[in-house]
Amino acid sequence: MTDRHLPDLADPEGRYRMLRLIRGFEQLALGLVKSGAITGGIHPYIGQEAVAVGVCAALRPQDRITSTHRGHGHVLAKGADPGRLLAELCGRVGGLNQGRGGSMHAADLSLGILGANGIVGAGAPIAVGAAWAARQAGEDRVAVSFFGDGALNQGVLLESLNLAAVWRLPVLFVCENNGYATTLPAATAVAGSGTGRAAGFGIPAVEVDGMDTEAVREATELAVRRAREGGGPAFLECRTYRFEGHHTMERRMKLRYRSTEEIEHWRARDPLERAAAGLADGRRAGLDAAVDAELAEAERFALASDHPDPAGACDHLYADGLRPRAGAVA
Amino acid sequence: MSKLSYTKALNRALGDALAEDPAVFVLGEDIGAGLAGPTLGLLDRFGPGRVVDTPLSEQAFTGMAVGAALAGRKPVIEFQIPALLFLVFEQLVNQAHKFSLMTGGQTGVPLTCLVPGSGSRDGWAGQHSDHPYSLFAHAGVKTVVPATPTDAYGLLLSAVRDPDPVVVFAPAAVLGVRENVTWELAPVPLGSARVHRPGTDVTVVAVGHLVHEALAVAEELAGEISVEVLDPRTLHPFDWAALAASLERTGRLVVIDDSNRSCGIGAEILATAAEEMRLTAPPRRITRPDGAVLPFAPALDRALQPGREQLLHAVRSVVKNPWR
Repeated sequence: MTDRHLPDLADPEGRYRMLRLIRGFEQLALGLVKSGAITGGIHPYIGQEAVAVGVCAALRPQDRITSTHRGHGHVLAKGADPGRLLAELCGRVGGLNQGRGGSMHAADLSLGILGANGIVGAGAPIAVGAAWAARQAGEDRVAVSFFGDGALNQGVLLESLNLAAVWRLPVLFVCENNGYATTLPAATAVAGSGTGRAAGFGIPAVEVDGMDTEAVREATELAVRRAREGGGPAFLECRTYRFEGHHTMERRMKLRYRSTEEIEHWRARDPLERAAAGLADGRRAGLDAAVDAELAEAERFALASDHPDPAGACDHLYADGLRPRAGAVA
Repeated sequence: MSKLSYTKALNRALGDALAEDPAVFVLGEDIGAGLAGPTLGLLDRFGPGRVVDTPLSEQAFTGMAVGAALAGRKPVIEFQIPALLFLVFEQLVNQAHKFSLMTGGQTGVPLTCLVPGSGSRDGWAGQHSDHPYSLFAHAGVKTVVPATPTDAYGLLLSAVRDPDPVVVFAPAAVLGVRENVTWELAPVPLGSARVHRPGTDVTVVAVGHLVHEALAVAEELAGEISVEVLDPRTLHPFDWAALAASLERTGRLVVIDDSNRSCGIGAEILATAAEEMRLTAPPRRITRPDGAVLPFAPALDRALQPGREQLLHAVRSVVKNPWR
């Protein structure tokens, strides 16, 4: 593991550092996709950082999250080591998942990160189960499910809202509405609204500016406090935007589902610049330099980590160590 | 000595599992009332924190069980209808089964699914009569199909204790079976087959309720052909060593399997025996037809299910027809 100090998200400078860490991490990862060190590409989180940081700033270490295919920001903001996350993206044994999961399945159970997930909406019932288990154990842990506007049309998400409400579970549903389910505009896909759907289940739902870390944090703090006190689930719809394509594959495809004007409009609302504006004079350069040093160390760690031995390709398939039959008979 | 019914055996296994480990809980539809049988009385004994009635939201409560398992619990889900497993294939195969590998061994998902009443029931028609155990064996999910009350008890208890997801199919056709139990009920290890009747001429591998058909055929043929009846009990992981040992004795193989023919577990058993084991005659399998959907009318339903007459014929034919 790389040697590092976690940014303290209770502190505005710590939140800025985390925003900057996620931004820098994604830029680093984009470069490694281009160089071929990361295979399969990534779903960059650039532009949406305020959601992960604002939400996780209101959480405690023992709280749990489920994440999405666009999960690096959530995983980092919940405290994962950037070097180990980057090693995972590169498929190395030093990765969070020993190179078995990659970008879309990055997890660190020891930090309550129950995994990024490759299936849209799949994390919602998992968060409900984690919240149920915590409530049954008499713990005041909450569970947060991050998902996008695309998941609003998954039946399992709506079923999960119902279970959480009817059982009054300490779950926070965080919809990151970045305006598009891959290329499909939310306006053409979602009847009514996300908050309206939550309200239909009797779940308090608010819309938040997802480009504003502090607004997200404040809304999350209210919801989490209420959930810890037994008040049940809440729903936040964070209006945000991804500055990059849905997936790095898009970079070669010249898709035109978003206008340049639209992208520029949202780029002008960059959550990182907004947070930087709140820093004391002269602090930014030093914080950036510290994050850059950390990212350089993360890259060094990831690229120095070994590639896995193909002989172990079926390691961990079963928790009891059961070995599957080989695919060919000698 | 007491008579133990198959459903009561499942009920005892759930009660013992709940009693021995506070992490275990049971969830599903109408389980508080005990509608399907295996959960009868458990709500009164263990309370609503351990016996959880769920809304009719199979995907959410199966995903919820995965999340509870990741948080240290051991869920047992009862599904009233085998076809509900199609609805939750995503949660079981794509999530629960894959977490151990995808997380690099950070966690397993100790989740058990119990399907009391799998396969055909007279009059339950196309969407309530499936027997999809081969799908789970193919996907790599541990899959068990107990044929007797004592095995039902022992395999369900082992499934709940197992650190991985396990699907337990309790065929509708055996729920009424009763067994004289003269010994203490005990867990049965997953992956261990059972020879119900030793023989020297033909090995009949029978799955689930079809074990009883195979035993009846073996009895009917006694004096003519010596039939060994092998019950794999667990379809994944399969006890290939037990099959190889049986074929060393008999050299002839018939499989009777309530799957659709293509890619059913019967196909895998024949293929593995042909590749790796001693066979002196072409093996045979009796299955549902390719792509079968069971029709409603009882005569049509039965016409598609593997049965005793077909088995009798197949056993005789493998004895008469060695490899040329």
